[in-house]
Amino acid sequence: MSEKPLGDMSGLAMLGCQVLLAVALAGLWQVASGTLVDDFFISNPGDIARRLWKWTADGSLLLHTWATVHATALGFLIGVAIGLVLGVWLGLSPFLSRLLDPFLSALNALPKVALAPLLVLWFGIGIESKIALAAVIVLFLVFLNTYAGVREVDQDLIDAVRLMKATRWQVLAKVIIPSSASWVFASLKISVPYALIGAVLGEMIAANRGLGYLVQFSGAQFDTAGVFASLFVIALVAALLNWTVDVSQRRVERWRVIGR
Amino acid sequence: MSAGALVRIEGLHKSFTKGREVVDAVAGIDLGIARREIVAVIGPSGCGKSTLLHMMAGLYRPSRGRVVYNARTVAEVNTSVAYMTQKDNLLPWRTIRDNVALPLEVTGVSRRERQARADEVLERVGLRGFEARYVSELSGGMRKRASLARMLLQGAESLLLDEPFAALDAQLKLTMQTLLLRLAAEAGLTVVFVTHDLVEAVTLADRVIVCTRRPATVALEQAIDLARPRDVTHVRFEPRFKELYDAIWERLRQEYQEEAV
Repeated sequence: MSEKPLGDMSGLAMLGCQVLLAVALAGLWQVASGTLVDDFFISNPGDIARRLWKWTADGSLLLHTWATVHATALGFLIGVAIGLVLGVWLGLSPFLSRLLDPFLSALNALPKVALAPLLVLWFGIGIESKIALAAVIVLFLVFLNTYAGVREVDQDLIDAVRLMKATRWQVLAKVIIPSSASWVFASLKISVPYALIGAVLGEMIAANRGLGYLVQFSGAQFDTAGVFASLFVIALVAALLNWTVDVSQRRVERWRVIGR
Repeated sequence: MSAGALVRIEGLHKSFTKGREVVDAVAGIDLGIARREIVAVIGPSGCGKSTLLHMMAGLYRPSRGRVVYNARTVAEVNTSVAYMTQKDNLLPWRTIRDNVALPLEVTGVSRRERQARADEVLERVGLRGFEARYVSELSGGMRKRASLARMLLQGAESLLLDEPFAALDAQLKLTMQTLLLRLAAEAGLTVVFVTHDLVEAVTLADRVIVCTRRPATVALEQAIDLARPRDVTHVRFEPRFKELYDAIWERLRQEYQEEAV
C-alpha cells in the first residue's frame, strides 16, 4: 500500500491537527509558566482565559472591542473612499499626476504613524483621532493602488467601448473601474490590518478605551495576563476583518477565480 | 473615386516615433469606398493595414491627409463604424452574454431585450451554451466569434474587421464568411476587412486593395466582378475566380518577394 503524502490530508483532518497543535502549545505554555519561566513575564493560558472571562462578564471587553472595531471600520471606509476618488481622478489626469508626483512620493515615504501626535492635536483624544490615523494610513495604500490600476487599464478596451458610443462616464463605470478592481482589492486586503494598526496605535498613544488602550493600561500595571488577553482579542478581530474582505472579493471577482 | 463615396481617404500618411527613430506605417493612400461596398485590404505582414483601419475608426490621428466619413472629417472616435480589431477586446470580468450585449447596454436597451438579442446572435455564431461563460474559458477561435457577435449587435452601418477569421478552422471560417456576407447584404453594410488570405479576399470582396510593404501605399486595386449572392464554398471553383486570383497574386507576390530579399 502506498502512503499518501501528509499534505493531501482532508480539510477536516487538517483542522483537527491544527486544534491539537494549539492545545499542545497552550499546555506547554501552562506547564512552562512558573517552572521554566517566571509567571510574571509570560503569564499563563489559564490566567488569560480567566481574565477574558472576567472582562466579558463585566462588559468591559465588549466596550473596548467595539471602540477599536468602530475606529478601524470608520477609518478604513473613509480612507478607502478618499483613496479611491483620488486614485481614479489622478489616474485619469496625466497633467495632475505628473505635477503632483514628487509630492506624493515624499508623502508616501513618510511613516504615517508619525502623524499620530499631530492628529491627536487636531482631533482630540477621542475616537476621532483614531479614525483619522487609520484613515490616513489606508488612504495612501488605496490611493496608490487605485492610481496604478487606473493607469494599467488596457487602452484597446477603452477604445473598443468608446466605439460603441459610450460616454466618458460609461467608459469609467464599465471599463476603468472593473479593470482596476483587482488592484483595488489587493490594496483593500493589505489595508485592513493597517487600519487596525492605526486604530490600536492611536489608542495606545492617548485614549481611555479601546483594545490598544487595554494593552497599554495592562502593561503599565505589569499585568501580563491582561496584555496577552488584549492581544488575543486584537488577533481575533484582525482575522475576522480579513475574512470579511476575502468573502467580498470572491463575490466581486468570480471571473478571476473561474479563469484560474 | 466618386464624390458620393461613404469613406474617402485622402493623401493619408502615418508615422510613429519610437525613441529617436521615425517609422512610416502608411505613406500616401488615396481611396474611396462606396456605401454597401465590401473592400478587402491585403498585403505583407506589418505593412500598415491595421494602422489604416485604426485611422478609419478615428483611434489614430493621421500624420498627414485625412479620412472623410459620410462627408465629415474623422477627428475623433468614429462611432458610425464597428471595429473588430485583431485582439478580441472582450472584457474578462464579464460573461460572454454580457460582453456581447455591451453595445446595447451602452445605448440604454433594457436588460431583458439586450440579453435576448445577445443570445440570438451568439447562436448565429455557434456559441450557444457558452452565454454564461467567462472569456478565459473560451478558446481563441471562440473569442473571435464572440467579438464578431458583439460587433454585429452594435448595429453600425459600417464594419471594419482586422483579420476576422484568421484564428478559425477551415469549416468554421466558411460558416462565418457566409454569415458575414448574408448580414452585410441584409443590412446593407459597408465592410472593410484586412486579411492575409487571398482566397478569402476574392471570395468576399467587391474590390481587393493590395498594399505594398511598409510604408503602405496602394499597389493595386482590383474590382471583383463575381456575381452575388456568392456561395463561399463554391465560388472559388469558377473560372473567373481563378483569373482574378492570379492577377492579384502576380502583384502580391512581388511585394512578398521584395520582403524576402
